[in-house]
Amino acid sequence: MVIALVLVLTLGTLLAVLWRAEGVGGLGRAEWAAIRFTVLQAILSAAASVVLAIPVARALSRRRFRGRSVLITLLGAPFILPVIVAVMGLLAVFGRNGLLNDAISMAGGDRISIYGLGGVVLAHVFFNLPLAVRMILQGWIAIPAERFRLVVSLGASVSAMLERPMLRAVLPGAFMAIFLICLTSFAVALVLGGGPKATTVELAIYQAVRFDFDLGRAALLAAVQFGLSIIAALAAWFITVPEGFGAGLDRVLPRWDGASLWERSCDALAIALAAAFLILPLSMVVIKGMIGLSDLPASVWPAIARSVSVAAVSTALTITAAVLLSMRGGRAVGVASALPLAASSLVVGTGLFVVVQPMFNPGKLALLVTALMNALMALPFALRVIAPAFERVEADYGRLADSIGLKGWARVRISVLPRIRKPLGFAAGLAAALSMGDLGVIALFATSDQQTLPLLMYQLMGSYRTDAASGAALVLLSLSLCAFWIFDRGGRADADA
Amino acid sequence: MLMLENLNVRQGDFHLTANVGFAAGQITALIGPSGAGKSTILSVIAGFYQAEGQVLWRGEPITDLRPDQRPVSILFQDNNLFPHLTVSQNVGLALRASLRLTRDEPRRVDEMLASVGLSGMGARKPAALSGGQQSRAALARLLLQDRPVILLDEPFAALGPGLKQEMLTLVRERALTDNRVVLMVTHDPQDALVAADQIALVDEGQLFAPLPAREVMDNPPDVLQRYLGTSS
Repeated sequence: MVIALVLVLTLGTLLAVLWRAEGVGGLGRAEWAAIRFTVLQAILSAAASVVLAIPVARALSRRRFRGRSVLITLLGAPFILPVIVAVMGLLAVFGRNGLLNDAISMAGGDRISIYGLGGVVLAHVFFNLPLAVRMILQGWIAIPAERFRLVVSLGASVSAMLERPMLRAVLPGAFMAIFLICLTSFAVALVLGGGPKATTVELAIYQAVRFDFDLGRAALLAAVQFGLSIIAALAAWFITVPEGFGAGLDRVLPRWDGASLWERSCDALAIALAAAFLILPLSMVVIKGMIGLSDLPASVWPAIARSVSVAAVSTALTITAAVLLSMRGGRAVGVASALPLAASSLVVGTGLFVVVQPMFNPGKLALLVTALMNALMALPFALRVIAPAFERVEADYGRLADSIGLKGWARVRISVLPRIRKPLGFAAGLAAALSMGDLGVIALFATSDQQTLPLLMYQLMGSYRTDAASGAALVLLSLSLCAFWIFDRGGRADADA
Repeated sequence: MLMLENLNVRQGDFHLTANVGFAAGQITALIGPSGAGKSTILSVIAGFYQAEGQVLWRGEPITDLRPDQRPVSILFQDNNLFPHLTVSQNVGLALRASLRLTRDEPRRVDEMLASVGLSGMGARKPAALSGGQQSRAALARLLLQDRPVILLDEPFAALGPGLKQEMLTLVRERALTDNRVVLMVTHDPQDALVAADQIALVDEGQLFAPLPAREVMDNPPDVLQRYLGTSS
C-alpha cells in the first residue's frame, strides 16, 4: 500500500504530466543550458564540500578542545535549516551589502555579487560541508587507535599508511551523496540563481509550470531530472556512501602524530574557519531577525499556523509510512529510499495538480499536496534512521517475540516501538523540520491566502522588505529548530529505561 | 515423547542428521564442540529453522507449525527479557502476548515470580535486576507458558559457577514436572552431571541417541573423549 503510493507519487505523477503535455519537443538551447548548469554546480559544490571537509575532519578527529562536541552537534544543524533562512544568512555575510563586501569596500575594492554560479555553489557548500565533515570524520574514527600506535612505532607515515587509504575509500561516496543532493537543488537556485546562465533543471521546471504553464516542457525537463538523479543514485549505490548520521562522533582518537606547532596551527585554523563559516550566517539571521521582528506583517500569523499544520500532517505521514515499510522490510525499503530522491518535487506536485484538477480546484488543495510532498521527500531520510533500528530490534528480540506469539500490531506496540523511540523521535524531528522549512511545491501552487512561512518570507524578500523578511527568517529558524527539538527530545525521554 | 525423525540440516558446508527420541520426564543435555549444531537442533525443534525430516510430538508432526503454535518454550543465550517492560510484564507475556491480562492473571504472575524467588520485584525493569535474577524472571515466564517441551539454549552461560548451579537446580525442581521434555545445550559436562538425566552427544554431523548421564561420564565414548581432550 505504502510502496504503491510512493510509486504513484513518483513515477505515476511523471506519467500524468507526460500524458497531459501537448507534445514533448526536443531539448532546446535553454534546456541544455539548464542541464549543463545543474551538473556543473553539483560537481563544483560536491568537490568543494569534500575537499574543504578533509582538513576540518582531520582536525576534529585528533584535537580535543572546549566546545568540540557543540561544534560537532552544530555540524548537523544545516540539514534541518530552512534553505531560505540559510540563504538569508549567507546574503548577510557574502551579499552585496554583507559583511564581506563591506570589508572589501572599506579596503577600497569593488563589491562582488553573490548571485549566479558562485552564490549557488557557496550556498551548497554551506549546507554540505558539515555533511562531508561528518562522513569523513566517521572514516577517521573507524580507524582503530592501535593502528595509529603501530604506524608511529614503526616510524611510518600516518598519512600514507592510514589516512590516504581511508580517504580513498570514503571520499567517492561522500562526493556522490552531495552531488546527488545538489542535483535536485531548487530553493537555492530560486533565490541565488535564475537567468539563462544560472538556472537549474528544477528551477526551469518551476518556470515552465508557473510562468508559461508549458506542461510539455516541464515533463521533458522532469524526465531529464529523473534520469540524471537515477544515474547519480545508481553511481552512489555502487560506491559505498558513508553513514552521515552515525553516533560516536564525539570520540577523540588517541594520536601520537600531529603534535608539531605547524600541524596544530593548521588544525586550529581549519576548525576556526569552518566554525566561522557556519556560525556567522546563523548569527546574522538572529541579529537581523531580532531587529526585523517589529516589521513583521500581520499575515505572518496565519502563515505560521499553516506551516505548523503542514509540518504536523507531513510528519505523521512520514513516520507512519516509514514504520509500515520497515515492518515489511526488504526491497520495499530500498525502493522507497531511492525513488523520492530521484523524483522532482515540482514534477510530483504538477502531476498531482493534473490528476486532481478535473475533480477539485487544485489551489484549494495546495497545503494538503505540500504536506504529502514533504512527507514523500522526508521518507528516504526517515527510513534511513528507522529501518536499521527496526532490523536491530527484530534481530535481538524477534525470536523471543515469535516464541511467545507476538504478532501484528501487538508485536509493534510491545516489542518494537518502545525500542525504537529514539530513532523514531529523531526521524520525526527531521521530517518536521524539513517540512517546516520547505520552499518547493508550495511556491508553485499557493494562492495569496495559502502562504506558508517560507513562501511569505520569499515574497517579502522579493518585494525588498528586507527587515520583515529577516524577522520572518528568525521565526522560521526558531520554529524549525523547536520542531526538531520537541520530537527528538520526546523520543529520548525515558527511552533507556 | 519428542521425536526427531530423519532430520537433515544443511547450511552451506554444514550438515547434521538426527534420528532420535527424547522421553518425557527427563532432562537431556546436548553436549558437543562449538559449531557442532547443538543450538541449531533446538532452533529446528522451536521452529526458527527449517530442516528436512519431521519433528513429532506425541506422534503428531509439528514441523509445519509456527514457533508460538508449537508445544515448545525456549530460553536463548541472551535477550530473553524485553528491557523496556517490567519484570511482571515480561512474565505476563506468557499468558497474553497482547499484555491485556484478565483480572486474576496478575495474581498468577505474582505467584510465579514468588516461586522463583522474585517476590516484590515485578515492578522493576530487567536492568535493575542482577544476572541471576534476570535468569529467574525468564525462567518464570517459561514456566508460566506451561508448555510440555522446554528448550534451554545455554541461557545461564554468562552466570558464575555457583549461580549457574543454582539455576540448574531450580530448573530441575520447577521445570521437570508434569512429564515435560527438557533439552539443554551445554558445553560443560559438569552442568550435565548437575542437572541432566541423560546426555546426547553432537559431533561429526550427527546427533547421537541419548544415554544415561552417569554412564556417559563414567565411561565416555570416543566422541566425548575427543571433546574433553582425554582420548589417547
